[in-house]
Amino acid sequence: MARYIIRRLLQAIPLLFIISLVLFVIMQKVGDPIATMGGRSVTRAADRERLTRQLGLDKPIYLQYIYWLAGNDWALTDMNGDGTPETYGTRHGVLRGDFGTSLVKVGKPVIEVIWERLPNTLLLMVTSEIVIILGALIVGVYSALRQYSLLDNIMTGVSFVGYSMPIFFIALSSIYIFSVNFKRWGLPYLPTVGMFDPKVGQTAGQVILHMILPVFSIAFISFAAYSRYIRSTMLEVLGQDYIRTARAKGLPKREITFIHALKNAALPIVTVVGLDLPLLLGGAVVTERIFAWPGMGRLFLDHVERGDTPVVMGILMLIAVAVVAFQILTDVVYAWLDPRIRYS
Amino acid sequence: MSVNQHLLNVIDLKTRFYTPEGTVYAVNGVSFNVAHGETLAVVGESGCGKSVTMMSILRLIPTPPGKIVSGQVLFNNEDLLKLSEEKMEHVRGKEIAMIFQDPMTSLNPVLSVGRQLTETLRTHTHMDAAQARTRAAELLQWVGIPQAGNRLGDFPHQFSGGMRQRVMIAIALACTPDLLIADEPTTALDVTIQAQIIDLVKHLKQEMGMAIIWITHDLGVVAGMADRVIVMYAGFIVEQADVYALFDGALHPYTLALMEALPRADRRRAQKLKTIRGAPPSLLMEPRGCPFAPRCEFVHERCIQENPTLLEQAPRHLAACWVNVLTGELRP
Amino acid sequence: MNPSSNTIPQFIVEEVEPPPLPLSQLTWRRFVRHKMAIFGLIVLSMLVFYSFGGGFFVSEAYANKTNTSLRLDAPVAAHPFGTDTVGRDILARTMYGGQISILIGLTAASVEVLLGILIGAIAGYYGGWIDNILMRFTEAMLNIPQILLLIIMAKFFSSNVPNIQLLGRTYSGSVVVIILIIGLTSWPYLARIVRAEFLSIKEREFILAARATGTPTWEIIFKHILPNCIAPIVVSATLGVANAISLEAYISFLGMGVRAPTATWGNMLEGAYNYIETAYWLWFFPGILIVLIVLSINFLGDGLRDALDPRSRTA
Repeated sequence: MARYIIRRLLQAIPLLFIISLVLFVIMQKVGDPIATMGGRSVTRAADRERLTRQLGLDKPIYLQYIYWLAGNDWALTDMNGDGTPETYGTRHGVLRGDFGTSLVKVGKPVIEVIWERLPNTLLLMVTSEIVIILGALIVGVYSALRQYSLLDNIMTGVSFVGYSMPIFFIALSSIYIFSVNFKRWGLPYLPTVGMFDPKVGQTAGQVILHMILPVFSIAFISFAAYSRYIRSTMLEVLGQDYIRTARAKGLPKREITFIHALKNAALPIVTVVGLDLPLLLGGAVVTERIFAWPGMGRLFLDHVERGDTPVVMGILMLIAVAVVAFQILTDVVYAWLDPRIRYS
Repeated sequence: MSVNQHLLNVIDLKTRFYTPEGTVYAVNGVSFNVAHGETLAVVGESGCGKSVTMMSILRLIPTPPGKIVSGQVLFNNEDLLKLSEEKMEHVRGKEIAMIFQDPMTSLNPVLSVGRQLTETLRTHTHMDAAQARTRAAELLQWVGIPQAGNRLGDFPHQFSGGMRQRVMIAIALACTPDLLIADEPTTALDVTIQAQIIDLVKHLKQEMGMAIIWITHDLGVVAGMADRVIVMYAGFIVEQADVYALFDGALHPYTLALMEALPRADRRRAQKLKTIRGAPPSLLMEPRGCPFAPRCEFVHERCIQENPTLLEQAPRHLAACWVNVLTGELRP
Repeated sequence: MNPSSNTIPQFIVEEVEPPPLPLSQLTWRRFVRHKMAIFGLIVLSMLVFYSFGGGFFVSEAYANKTNTSLRLDAPVAAHPFGTDTVGRDILARTMYGGQISILIGLTAASVEVLLGILIGAIAGYYGGWIDNILMRFTEAMLNIPQILLLIIMAKFFSSNVPNIQLLGRTYSGSVVVIILIIGLTSWPYLARIVRAEFLSIKEREFILAARATGTPTWEIIFKHILPNCIAPIVVSATLGVANAISLEAYISFLGMGVRAPTATWGNMLEGAYNYIETAYWLWFFPGILIVLIVLSINFLGDGLRDALDPRSRTA
């Protein structure tokens, strides 16, 4: 088992390198960091040149990538922008955990910038995921047990619709119904902007209240797909021979459903959840924009628009690492859960 | 024997499946009985309704799309078809047990073998966890699994095919049922393992005295195990007899043809193997006339018009045929 | 995520012998049975007719006509879908917007299919280090959420793409950009499927026979192997159109997609966010059209998948 994990980790490393290289090259052409950084004061050519040299942007791409990766504190850089490298750089490089500093929030370490927003996204995502999984399990298992019943057909229809809906539609609709119209009808209405009401302050109650609509929007869409998947997995499992054996043994229905069937269905479900989880980090972009939620999605959007390569690379690498890590984790958990792999 | 003394009495059982392609007439008026301690073999080719009959007895047919349309299943004089589902759960596994064909897929791969044994025990008896474990180990030993005590925590994939079938047998017999239904339990196994399993079952039967219904398409197994035999075709019983009577002189053309089709060591090598021409009828059509008529070499006009009823043609020997196969002529 | 539609228990499958039908009939019967797919087909046709047919009744000039005195009018008879922030009739805009959205969906899906087949086929057929490199690259792309890639690439290409003149109408160059980037980021899904099919099919005997008789490689790939894995490609392509339309909507909503003067259902939603309290019709109509078309294509794709799946035994 340990060897398996190590092997997967070793396979993952070149993958991460490739990802980072590809992204880095793309990011080079996106936006104009000089303009972003300097603002109005960099209109003169001389200033631009100086800044370019200071940031090391005049170096060839592969060198910039190496500096990004391994830092430049072992190389002479041009700190005062006069054209000759004279001092050692200050960056340690990504491999040592230094993602550089933001070009937009000048001088602020990328990690700090991300860290300010990451927990907010996590809060939203983890909550959504829990809601999705619990809801989908209940609905999926019930639908499988009562196949073709009215509720099952309704849920299938709703699933299709939910699955096909772009998230902004459900978000806007829910805002319209639960906020705008509720307000009009004099009902208590749900907030739609930000994480908390600045007049009240960031209390748990406020945050929860503000989370309701975004979580609902995110969950509605994924819940649809998940419950269909759980339903079909359960149906497949329930058609297996060992369930027939369990019935022939006279075991009570509940035991058959939740222990014999669900334990088997859990395996593919765990895989799907595990692989889906890290993608949530990036997928919240539109939701966060609509609900003005201060999370990583909005951060990403803002900083791409302004060409802030270090921050964007930081976010992307974070997601990439999370995805790869979760893939390995999912495999390990699966191998641990399935006795056929664990004891072989 | 009067009706009351039979362990199991199936009376005119009819089971159908309602599918988008049409209605499948799987079991069409099957009647038979099993006495205490008797071994009854059920013979027939794939699709003749033998499995569906047994599953109907235990009410394991999925009810859409299946339905037990009519009939009675008297077990210890109680009609199983009229019991509530909860009461049926008490019958299954405790009074009637069933084992299936493929031990690979019939055991739950993610639960330990010990667990699959103890859950039966704990559902049907008042044993606690510790008692159940002890008994489970005993059962495994009893069916011939070496180092039984250590293997309770193992999973089905860690056993060989023959071992898995032994485990299935242990599970089935754990609560000492009165009737064991075995649906082709050896078909999926190697020939040598087959013989072992059959021996095991015979041995266990001697010890426990339960009745057995053994479904098979292998006449050799029938000869080695059964007291009585019923032969099924297209959802009907076509012949029913004591085992010796059947092999000495079968009275139904289908049974005869089956026996003819057996490769025999004493036949001359140059002779072609005999097959039954034609194919079994589609069960999607409501049966009319004798189902075997299209393939029968003794067929008469009456066979096509009227489905023969199962009648006693000789003492304790029933056949559903209008023709006397010894003479080739219609019976009076 | 295909729900199993097996209503007949395993052990009775042998007992039911459906009358033998030719494969095409079998496929058609299964498809027809899938009522949702028919429904999807109908709705899709209606939407296509609405978008392209509508162009005959309403001129593009009318769709682009601004009239600030009419801005943000609620739906009335003259403007059944209301007017937008500069007074343009939303109904007319959704017709022309629909044309672009559908066009983008189809072409982006084509790009995706082309790339996906090419890369998947090469990786699957040649195997070895070619496969390794291509798959590493594919995996790398799959590891990043598509929308993030789209955002980056949209910015990458955003500067100064000229407008295009085609068939007497002016299109924003960003349309081509969007088509390209959606296609460039969607192919990995299909490539993986195609590669898997190639890996299994190339071992079959008829392929060995073809190679033994000296058939050129491209012929083997395109005339022998590819036709055998048409089914998953068709399904993937269909769902790819829905996905492309969806993605275009997302990216335009974020303001990085198709630019003026061209309208799409997606970019009509861009400004609507600010008017949610006052003018629901700004986002509702384009939004519901997007939902309908994605829904109907998904139904269609699901039906196709059921119909083309050779593993299902019953008709």
